[in-house]
Amino acid sequence: MSITYLEAIREAQAKALADDDRVFIYGQDVGAFGGAFKATKNLAAQFPGRVFDAPISEDAIVGAAIGAAIDGMRPIIEMQFADFSTPGLNQILNHAATLYWRTRVPCPITVRLPSGGTSGSGPFHSQSMEAIYAHYPGLIVMTPATVEDAYSMLLEAVSIDDPVIFCEHKYLYYHLKAAALPTEAMPVGKARVARAGRDLTIVAYSAMVHEALAAAEELATEGVEIEVVDLRSIKPLDTDTVMASVARTGRLLCVGEAWPWGGVTSEVLARVATEGFNLLDAPPQRLNAKDTPIPYHPDLWSVHRPTARSIAAAARNVLRS
Amino acid sequence: MLLSRVLDDKLASLYRGGKIHGGVFLGRGQEALSVSLGLALRKGDVYAPLIRDGAGRLAFGEPILDAVRTYLGSALGPMRGREDNVHRGRPREGILAMISHLGAMISVVNGMLMSRRFRGETGTVGATVIGEGATSTGSFHEGINQAAVEKLPLVLVIANNQYAYSTPARRQFACEDLVDKAAGYGVTPHPVDGTDLEACLSVVGQAVAQARDGGGPQMVVARLLRLCGHGEHDDAGYIDPKLKQSPLGRDCLKVAEQVLARRGWADDAMLKSLREDAAQTVEETVAQAQREPAPDPYKENWCALASRNLSEGYETAGEGK
Repeated sequence: MSITYLEAIREAQAKALADDDRVFIYGQDVGAFGGAFKATKNLAAQFPGRVFDAPISEDAIVGAAIGAAIDGMRPIIEMQFADFSTPGLNQILNHAATLYWRTRVPCPITVRLPSGGTSGSGPFHSQSMEAIYAHYPGLIVMTPATVEDAYSMLLEAVSIDDPVIFCEHKYLYYHLKAAALPTEAMPVGKARVARAGRDLTIVAYSAMVHEALAAAEELATEGVEIEVVDLRSIKPLDTDTVMASVARTGRLLCVGEAWPWGGVTSEVLARVATEGFNLLDAPPQRLNAKDTPIPYHPDLWSVHRPTARSIAAAARNVLRS
Repeated sequence: MLLSRVLDDKLASLYRGGKIHGGVFLGRGQEALSVSLGLALRKGDVYAPLIRDGAGRLAFGEPILDAVRTYLGSALGPMRGREDNVHRGRPREGILAMISHLGAMISVVNGMLMSRRFRGETGTVGATVIGEGATSTGSFHEGINQAAVEKLPLVLVIANNQYAYSTPARRQFACEDLVDKAAGYGVTPHPVDGTDLEACLSVVGQAVAQARDGGGPQMVVARLLRLCGHGEHDDAGYIDPKLKQSPLGRDCLKVAEQVLARRGWADDAMLKSLREDAAQTVEETVAQAQREPAPDPYKENWCALASRNLSEGYETAGEGK
């Protein structure tokens, strides 16, 4: 018996619905159809009236979730693809994220963003939007990389009194499996050392954790011990765990699937450079997707985003410097 | 209606005297429509007023002190100096705090009504107000369509005051009459002369009653003219003088007073006494708020999250921890 990342997301939603009457799920095709990726499969039948289809209106989907949250509910909304959350940005960034600060009324909504690239998906079904959301005050941004985190962090997202942007990676949906659902979880806001090592720290999150782990495996055959830190959530960002790792290794490479300008990798580098400059034995480096829209063709796509191979190459450069 | 006008006049005077920091936005010419909605709603209903709804707010039960404290930036007001002028509210008491992005409140009201439906609560309605300019937004379309699909007890009041800031209505929409849009969305249309208090009371009251009785979304479209600038910084020199001379340019307050006099319901002495009472209330409220403390930046917690444990403390160069 094993459970996939996608099934863990479904199971977490089933548990949230079962445990709390205030939870409902609203989004395009999430009802009887069970969602474009089947993340809500059978939930509409299992929880009548609480899992239902929305019109193609991202702005109004988020707006309705905000209203329901003001009235005491804890909605989960699915954006079908992270890329499609842009028409809902106004309600997320200007309304949900500001509500508590402006009015003292919390806004406990969970916005599920099926994120990141898969081969053949092209410019509008592949995006990683976490940096845009993390830039705005008032939001929590989760980027689970494991089946266990997908489950426990989604449950935590629903219970948090603030709007949570839950970036679930589509590449991990079917490939990533665990033996069982977790019974305990690390606290949100705490990063995890996914692999211990002493020569170089690779900081990654979401699907890039697995590319980084594969790169570490490859470099191990060359006698290099890589430490991989999985950020888990990018806001809050666990600077302490990153800094402790850099203190051990003296070298840093930060990897993100999103674009290079601004964003998570530059934030991590800025923090290490400003708060931990004296820990570094070499200039910190980062690796991101190329600064173009995301290509459709698998030959282009596999080079557009960081991979185990490009991460290993970048790591060798940091180790040489 | 009268109290709102007297308050508006005082706010304009304070603005010109440099006593109000930020903008001042008046409801002059729109009080009849606004107050009709405030009066038709009950405690327990949801009300999302917009920029020119001072009269509706007072009628719905917002304390006049909330308005004055917010305009004067009192730390004791509901927004505590974090928000200004018309962006105030008490969401848990059913009066939402608008964001500046027009049309955004419609779906939020929808969400509150959906929440009540989840809990099996019936008999409450939600109402929000927009100008003709906001009918050009995507949020308007998404919001009214969502309400129609969900058959929610929403009353959408559109104040067609002929200008969105300086842009005339003919540059905003091309249909003969805005009320024609109602049929396309499958909602009930209610045209009304916004300068006529009796007509507004009757039409808005009927729209609210129909929504309350399960009639689904109602769209009220009132024709009137804004008798002030967009804000007090704006001399409104762009308004067509012919419109001011037309029936649209009638002052709804004067029209209402003439009706009262004609019917013998109030004579000049009584109207004078009512005005004096309103002026005294406004003066006392302003005097109170002016004595109240401003927010203290050193006591401000600078935390946008309800979950304070998930907030990151950022340090800026030069600031101690």
